[in-house]
Amino acid sequence: MSKGIVCCIYLVLLWVPSCVLRTVAAETIYITLEKDNALAVVDPDLGELVATIPIGQRPRGIALSHDQSQLYVATSDDHVIQIIDIKTLAPVGVLPSGNDPETFALHTAADILFVSNEDDSLVSVVDVNKQQVIHGIGVGVEPEGIAVSPDGQWVVSASETTNMIHWIDAESYNVVDNTLVDPRPRGVAFTADSQYLWVTSELAGTVAILDVKTHQIIKTITLAVPGLNADRNQPVGVVIDPETQWAYVAMGPANRVAIINAKTFAIEDYLLVGERVWNLSFSPDYSRLYCTNGVSNDISIIDLTRNKVVKSIKVGHFPWGLVVKP
Amino acid sequence: MNLSKPQGMNFLSNRWFGLSVILWFVPLTVFCADTVPIEIVYISQKQAQKPALSNLDSIPKDEGLQGALLAIEDNNTTGKFTGHQFKLLEKQWSEQGVNPKDNSIFFEEKALIVAALGDNALLEMKQLAMNKSTLIMDVVSRADHFRQQGCGNHVFYLAPSRAMRADALAQYLLKKRWVKWFLVQGLTNEDKLFSQALKRAAKRFGSTLVAQKTWLHDYDARRTAQEEVSVFTQGVDYDVLVVADEQGLFGEYLSYRTWKPRPVVGTQGLVPTAWHKTHEQWGAVQIQNRFKAQSGRRMTEKDYAAYLAIRSYGEAIIRVGSSEPEKIKAYLLSDQFTLQGYKGKPLSFRSWNGQLRQPVLLAAPRAMVATAPIQGFLHPITELDTLGYDQREVDCNE
Repeated sequence: MSKGIVCCIYLVLLWVPSCVLRTVAAETIYITLEKDNALAVVDPDLGELVATIPIGQRPRGIALSHDQSQLYVATSDDHVIQIIDIKTLAPVGVLPSGNDPETFALHTAADILFVSNEDDSLVSVVDVNKQQVIHGIGVGVEPEGIAVSPDGQWVVSASETTNMIHWIDAESYNVVDNTLVDPRPRGVAFTADSQYLWVTSELAGTVAILDVKTHQIIKTITLAVPGLNADRNQPVGVVIDPETQWAYVAMGPANRVAIINAKTFAIEDYLLVGERVWNLSFSPDYSRLYCTNGVSNDISIIDLTRNKVVKSIKVGHFPWGLVVKP
Repeated sequence: MNLSKPQGMNFLSNRWFGLSVILWFVPLTVFCADTVPIEIVYISQKQAQKPALSNLDSIPKDEGLQGALLAIEDNNTTGKFTGHQFKLLEKQWSEQGVNPKDNSIFFEEKALIVAALGDNALLEMKQLAMNKSTLIMDVVSRADHFRQQGCGNHVFYLAPSRAMRADALAQYLLKKRWVKWFLVQGLTNEDKLFSQALKRAAKRFGSTLVAQKTWLHDYDARRTAQEEVSVFTQGVDYDVLVVADEQGLFGEYLSYRTWKPRPVVGTQGLVPTAWHKTHEQWGAVQIQNRFKAQSGRRMTEKDYAAYLAIRSYGEAIIRVGSSEPEKIKAYLLSDQFTLQGYKGKPLSFRSWNGQLRQPVLLAAPRAMVATAPIQGFLHPITELDTLGYDQREVDCNE
């Protein structure tokens, strides 16, 4: 009897720490695999790929629904956005998206998606609940990066060939202004206070910071990795922490993530990650940064408390986009 | 109708009138800002049809022009937001070259020209336009001598030169360690020029020419291609058969018919090219799709060069805010100019000879094999300058 109790206590003691660990960082990363037509599911604490789910042709853009119960995944060659139940990982619906959806952004408050249709020079506005395209907004040639300002006022679309940022009123869906930026703008990100917009220009190797009030560029940062020819610095994804203290830029074939002081605009460091680093996402507590490396088929985990790359995990062919669910 | 009504006379108090005044002026100001379209002149030349080995690949009649039209459309999409409008004016010259009627129109005024001409006609055009406020974007010529001497400081070369193509190939062959070359060249002048470029590339990147033969186009009835190629390539120890046959008169006969099992590269087999139908990386699939939707066919090298030429004009005009040739030229040759060319590297012009810096694709008939510059070939400024004549090798001071 007493033996049994001791045993039970022992088991409970064994179970408790693992349970605590689980709850401390039970986050999951979902990654689109462009060439595998699949979605990879990674447990970053175990450092393991836990599942790979077939999802449709050429999956790229990915986002989490407001209630975090569903994933939206653009399957570009199927010309739709899939809705995936996050518990069962089964498809539960399909949204129309216009032709060749690549990236998209979820409205900060409403269940509205803004989708870049590269081949048609169009941004489609999709009502998730009605499952309908409710509007089409004409923009420049090959729209790519797209973001909604946290205050819900602006949608910005970057067109790669026109080299412009289009400022779209998030309510009327009208393009109200355009800002010319450096060649091939790719990634766009607002600061948490909706005051500034960061834009990466892939071919110029620069990051521009725009004032949301004036739509003008207030600062251009040129990325330069020592010992690397300038034309390898091709920034793509950009994320900024909620305090607007640090910004992180994925530098494509330079195989590095740049750490930029978001207050002084000084470049703090370049961290070596995998090949052709593409998109970035924070862990929910902002202690870690995850990035997809398109050519080396893995993701890197960066510990932001030490600014060190701590692990890389093989996930599949051409990892493209990622989201992290707490 | 109701002019006699008193309220009709009270213009200022009439809201509708006010609105109509605003409506009247708004489009007017928008239109007046920049409605005069910027004209780009596209001049092509009638070419004698070359004899074809097979009817498999017909040469499109609008080759080049369709690329130009797509670029005009892209420029105008951008122009919608910047208040610019572009228009293409097409001209065609005969096989003889310069049309005297065009002299005054194009060379005395400030013209922006895209030239899809043979080398002789291009030379005539360059001379006519010398010291005039005219810019020429050549989208066809591969001639190295145009890039080395007398480049013409008003001429930009959009297509990769023969030297750039040969260097691209040589880098790849060195990477594969296929360093013993057997060079086969045709009888035309172009074949001789490409063969010279190949020899220069072999020397530059450390390959050896172990044999060199000319294909004579013999008419001996006992010799069919099937038997001829075997004998032609017998008795030589080599890694790769390098062929210089720009018009495609015999090169296609070589693959699978050599004495030893050896790959064929050069103008046939694995070819260095500015563009290829199988190229999809770096957003290329987007422009391939847009081009096909517009023209109903695949994009060729000439279409690609014409596309880049007009995009370069468009970018410069929008950035500089002027269509003055001098200002456009200064911007295009400056460090600020970079162009998206769907090949993974920013494109720009070499300030010393006007050649477009660009990666060169190495393509098999149905597959992309590699993109040069090949990784590992280094350069202090940009690896793109490992292809073709570098600044120190060029004397273009005019």
